[in-house]
Amino acid sequence: MNFQGYRRPNGKAGVRNHVLVIPSVVCSQGAAEAITRNVKGAVYLPNVFGCAQVGNDREQTKRTLAGFGTNPNVFAVLVVGNGCENLPAKEVAEAIAPIGKRVEFIEIQEVGGTKKTIAKGKRIIKEMLADAAALPREPIPLSEIILATECGGSDYTSGLASNPALGAASDLLVEAGGTVILSETTELIGAEHLLARRARTEEIGKQVLDLIAWWEKEAIATGQDIRGANPAPGNIAGGITTIEEKSLGCIYKGGTKTLEEVIPYAFPPTKKGLILMDTPGHDIDQLTGMMAGGAQIAVFTTGRGTPTGSPIAPVIKISGNAETARKMKDNIDLNVNQVLQGKETVKEAGKRVFDEMIAVASGKLSKAEKLGQRDFCIFKIGLNF
Amino acid sequence: MAGKSKVIVINEKDNVATAIVPLKAGSRVFVETQGRKERINLLSPIAMGHKFALQEIAKGADVIKYGEPIGQTTAPISRGEHVHVHNVVSHRGRKGGA
Repeated sequence: MNFQGYRRPNGKAGVRNHVLVIPSVVCSQGAAEAITRNVKGAVYLPNVFGCAQVGNDREQTKRTLAGFGTNPNVFAVLVVGNGCENLPAKEVAEAIAPIGKRVEFIEIQEVGGTKKTIAKGKRIIKEMLADAAALPREPIPLSEIILATECGGSDYTSGLASNPALGAASDLLVEAGGTVILSETTELIGAEHLLARRARTEEIGKQVLDLIAWWEKEAIATGQDIRGANPAPGNIAGGITTIEEKSLGCIYKGGTKTLEEVIPYAFPPTKKGLILMDTPGHDIDQLTGMMAGGAQIAVFTTGRGTPTGSPIAPVIKISGNAETARKMKDNIDLNVNQVLQGKETVKEAGKRVFDEMIAVASGKLSKAEKLGQRDFCIFKIGLNF
Repeated sequence: MAGKSKVIVINEKDNVATAIVPLKAGSRVFVETQGRKERINLLSPIAMGHKFALQEIAKGADVIKYGEPIGQTTAPISRGEHVHVHNVVSHRGRKGGA
């Protein structure tokens, strides 16, 4: 089975053909935004980090920014720096360059102020956009899809309808040879034994259990109560009582296949099939991590309703809550409430999700894209100094 | 997940059911579990998506949904009573049980 996508110089395939402007530091975010303002086909990342960071924290910011640049949904990249930041534009550009797409960088201090930087940036992206427009879509096997799965604003319908439906779609993609990323490690608490049991090797199963143990230990070390954050107040109002209940409902979305690999935040999978990426439960942190890891498309389940989108990828929203699907119809792409009514099986709903994913991968706009919703947030793991 | 049911029992090991429509205190619902149809009198109002007990659950016992423990009770819970944060606690990711 194929979708219609864009072939990249390194052999990977994208579902979109964006020109991406990356501010390597918060100081150049304004210029990056101005460069892409009102320019169709160009997007920027609202990056608020990139300076006064050290060690793994700096590395994670760099890896995430570069991961967006290398993502196959991106045709070409302009990195904009200020000039004195500790994550220079040149370094980010150099991390992207080896994959063979066009990458440029400019610095506000070197170009001589914001206005000149915006003018120069606009000239560069215009050239890139002209080249991007000449690249046609072509048939690409579904096995090249890396699907990011996510749930947010969960309620009781998430565990009963939308997550099982997404799980059925995940299974169809794995059967077609593709890759599915499950993330939000904190939302596996209470369900980790079920996932560990499905791991390809004992070692991978142990990695799952170790990750959960680490997050639990970190939560306890804060001296705070994880219940203040997870389940969130809206989850509780929607009938979810504990983190275990949320997790057991949450884990359905990855489907039923063998867990092939556990990868750190914003790293690309090295295997096909079902993959676990270690991320927080924070919706945008995890979406950002999966996109930086090379996912080209996301399916996002919600009960309460969320507007989440990505700057470089379609995010398909599905809900099992009929009222949410109605009230937030500008945000929700698919309603799977029929599952709860007994009018549709989980498998049938999963096929609808799968078909929608292929249509969107081939060019149909998701609602979050129509709204211009472009969320971006790097999982910060250290202090700014 | 039968057609006109107002409640869902996900796994036959579960000791709670989930309401898929708002249910009033004093109302009677029919629940299909382990192949048997049972009538349960609701002791509390159950909001849509919320849970009630299918049987007596002792204090400190596991609450089971999806066939797995989702937390422990902080008080004895009667059949037909609302099961939520007021009488269930999770011990995961935090110290003690306070």
